[in-house]
Amino acid sequence: MNIIVLAKQVPDTHNVGPDAMTAEGTVNRGALPAVFNPEDLNALEQALRLKERYGASITMLTMGLPKAADVLREGVFRGADEGILLTDRALGGADTLATSYSLSQAIRKIRSDRGLSGEDFLILCGRQAIDGDTAQVGPQVAEKLGLPQVTYVEEVLSVEDGVARVRRHIDGGVETVECPLPCLLTVNGSAATCRSRNVKRVMANKHREFTQWGAADIAADPAQIGKAGSPTNVKAVRNIVFKAKESKTLTASDEDIKTLVNELRRVL
Amino acid sequence: MNSVFVYIEMGDGCKVADVSLELLTKGRQLADELGTKLECACLGDFAGQTETLVAELRRYGTDRIHVFDDKRLFPYTTLPHSSAMVRLLREEKPQICLLGATVIGRDLGPRVSSALGSGLTADCTQLEISDFDMKVKNRDGVVEERHYENQLMQIRPAFGGSIIATIVNPEHRPQMATVRDGVMRKEECDTIHDTEVISHDIDDYTDASDYVVKVLERHVRAARHNLKGANIVVAGGYGVGSKEGFDLLYDLAKELHAEVGASRAAVDAGWIDHDRQIGQTGVTVRPKVYIACGVSGAIQHIAGMKDAGIIISINSDPDAPIGQIADYNIVGTIEEVVPKIIKNLKGTM
Repeated sequence: MNIIVLAKQVPDTHNVGPDAMTAEGTVNRGALPAVFNPEDLNALEQALRLKERYGASITMLTMGLPKAADVLREGVFRGADEGILLTDRALGGADTLATSYSLSQAIRKIRSDRGLSGEDFLILCGRQAIDGDTAQVGPQVAEKLGLPQVTYVEEVLSVEDGVARVRRHIDGGVETVECPLPCLLTVNGSAATCRSRNVKRVMANKHREFTQWGAADIAADPAQIGKAGSPTNVKAVRNIVFKAKESKTLTASDEDIKTLVNELRRVL
Repeated sequence: MNSVFVYIEMGDGCKVADVSLELLTKGRQLADELGTKLECACLGDFAGQTETLVAELRRYGTDRIHVFDDKRLFPYTTLPHSSAMVRLLREEKPQICLLGATVIGRDLGPRVSSALGSGLTADCTQLEISDFDMKVKNRDGVVEERHYENQLMQIRPAFGGSIIATIVNPEHRPQMATVRDGVMRKEECDTIHDTEVISHDIDDYTDASDYVVKVLERHVRAARHNLKGANIVVAGGYGVGSKEGFDLLYDLAKELHAEVGASRAAVDAGWIDHDRQIGQTGVTVRPKVYIACGVSGAIQHIAGMKDAGIIISINSDPDAPIGQIADYNIVGTIEEVVPKIIKNLKGTM
């Protein structure tokens, strides 16, 4: 089986420090540590389990600044076989649609370069990235490639006779679905956490360099990439100023708590 | 004039999802402002209940209802719903299309937007119509300022909640947005609209290859809480400190007949279930009283509770941002303050 895992290097928005914003109110990316998007790690774990069970070649694909090669290396440390970095100024400033187009072009190239036209092919990615929380790139890549998709996957139960059987989260419950390969699965954060690095793999791949592709390599249509290929525009960004309420400050003293509880009784 | 369109999400037992009715209410308001019609599409297995369904959608002011009634359309799978929506939106050419930011809406929306090449903004907390000027590159690559009228302003917190972004997509139609359950209010329309019902044959919109994904098993349980409709909410943040810390909050909630919610930080720490998360990417609540325990007050959290009647914050940090929107700020630790409130409520103090 051939598996592509889509991964993104994201600013760690869960740990936003006081210097995350510049004086002008823009985002200070330099002050935020860059991390492997958490749900992409859940996707990688599902890929590694399939590799152990059925045998598979796992290729990590990411798009970003040259530094994003870190996530490819991290993926290889944990068991992925290869990595490809999509990096080009022309691809920058992309919204989810332009990003999906670029990733889908790279996936087409991987498939044609390696003669992977067959059915034994699976794309796995995280449900969403923590810097945008949109959950759009997975389904959009699937649409661009004309593949079926299953989102919010919690576990790939089996891949047999060209059909993936998966358990997925739905609102208020779970369902089990079957989907023929080739297909794209987005993996939820409630799936198994990713195993840690393998020491031998770390030693062997510490200085590994990865194939880099630019817009020309993936035969990208300039009108569909970067800012030009992005229908959404950020019109305005502002810091929120809440109307300061007239608020009462109380202490934990018995008297203050009594006042509060009386107030609660009054309104309820 | 091109319409405002809403995708209607069907739950079990032929029940329209609340979020879809909330979007119809918002959609009606946007359509009135734009002087256009409100349309919706519902796809499902209605088993003879189409009339009840249509009557309900009509009460929310829908002008045109597109019905696709077929056994294969429930439970939801991506491809038949997306193929039908893509084709229908191409035919109807609405200027705006709204979906719930549910598991279904977040599966369907991006698929449809990709096929149509339109922009989609996830998890909006406000939708408004406005005019604006914006610099755009023309075909020759020259930047010029253009004036746009009656555009959909898609407003959402972004980037860890540190900012509020307004997203627009002036050059592409439809302007698509998803909105979480409970963010908009649902309200039946007081004026009667002449509603046109259009029944479609799903086979005109899908082909056999759209039915390759099969749902083998499905377990849906009733919600374990009623955060959305609760009168009082006790919410815990990272300051609660541990799973055990939340036990205190449950004790307080029991005394007040309240529901327990949490901030994302507490959910991410694994102290409480994800379905109790309050905020932009969780549940939006409008209780009479909101008691925030050890909640710092990230913008995304505030987006989900700011309309509460009275906000009480218990925090050891007197400068926590939530203090700015709270009516009462109790400076102290959870361990100290919460048991005292419980004792007082029990009348033992």
